Amino acid sequence: MIWEVFRRGRAGAAFEHSGSVEAPDAEFAEAWAREQYGRRGESVALWLVPRDAVHVVDDWADEFDLKYRRVDGYSIKARLKEARSRVGSTERRS
Amino acid sequence: MRDEQAFIEYVQGGGQVEAGDWMPDDYRAKLLKFVEMHANSELMGVLPEREWILRAPTLQRKLALTAKVQDEVGHAQLIYRVAEDLGKPRDAMFADLISGKAKFHNVFHYPTKTWGDVGVIAWLVDAAAIISQKALLKCSYAPYARIMKKICWEESFHILHGRDVILAMVTGTPQQFELVQEALNRWWGPLMQFHGNPIPRDEDPMWFWRIKSQGNEEARQQFLDGYVPQILELGLEVPDPKLRKNEEGVWEYSEPDWAELKHVVTGHGPRTAERLAFRARFLEQEQWVRDALVAA
Repeated sequence: MIWEVFRRGRAGAAFEHSGSVEAPDAEFAEAWAREQYGRRGESVALWLVPRDAVHVVDDWADEFDLKYRRVDGYSIKARLKEARSRVGSTERRS
Repeated sequence: MRDEQAFIEYVQGGGQVEAGDWMPDDYRAKLLKFVEMHANSELMGVLPEREWILRAPTLQRKLALTAKVQDEVGHAQLIYRVAEDLGKPRDAMFADLISGKAKFHNVFHYPTKTWGDVGVIAWLVDAAAIISQKALLKCSYAPYARIMKKICWEESFHILHGRDVILAMVTGTPQQFELVQEALNRWWGPLMQFHGNPIPRDEDPMWFWRIKSQGNEEARQQFLDGYVPQILELGLEVPDPKLRKNEEGVWEYSEPDWAELKHVVTGHGPRTAERLAFRARFLEQEQWVRDALVAA
């Protein structure tokens, strides 16, 4: 049985996927993971998750290219330049 | 992505692959062979140092060396796990290691004659290895790249430990200094062979698939750049009269003995048979532990 190992490096940090161990049950997986991912004080906590229990979502449809919802949907450089160039010009004052 | 050409463009453009992703058979085969050899090297690499645990000069050195050996076995465990996910069971890898079918790094086929060798291994062999391993942080196979972070972090302790051992000896008696120089003379040849023949990067399949992110000669140059000054500043001599940095900043050196490298890694090193027999004996001796765990 494969157990995915997630490691927290310090309090407050996100758990990060670090690797996996093979063990017949949680008790043995813990012994293995403590040894391989915590013996040098590099972790404050571990999550051990059976690989089969991980529900993976990795297909993301973006067929309409909805960029207006993200920062990369906006290119303001040219307009900003124009706006700045207008400041103080007679065109704008009148 | 199920198209080999698209896959090649993806990895060559810096893309990374996960365990469950589709990959071309040739990529999987080359990657597995590389990862397996790395795992074997970690496992076999502890044996030269293990011989000195009982003979370490002080209690602190004994503890540090034990910790280093523990780390290296731990690295083997991490890397074998990566290899298993690529499709080869651990039993099969152990069987191929013991039968001599699978390889491990050249430097682990040699004897450790004195405590000076232990220092040179921890300092310079680990330094050469960490150069290769740091380049693997950018490996196109992401699970391998990720565990390399932890491995590199632990290796930095090993190098410092090795440097500390060396510094204690070069600041000690003339006999101690001589032990270091003799060990360096013994290890220089294998160290110069370590990164492999200077095959151009573009002809190296490991570079093609971006399993490695640098060529062999680049790695060797980096090693020389980093460590020759450290060796010379201690008053040690590098046993190669041709070694020099030319005007372009490139290290020139005597041609490493490639025939020796090939001979050694194909199972004919001075300690190959003895160490494989040792590994085989322990695998057999501890089979009951594995059986009991699987049965539990």
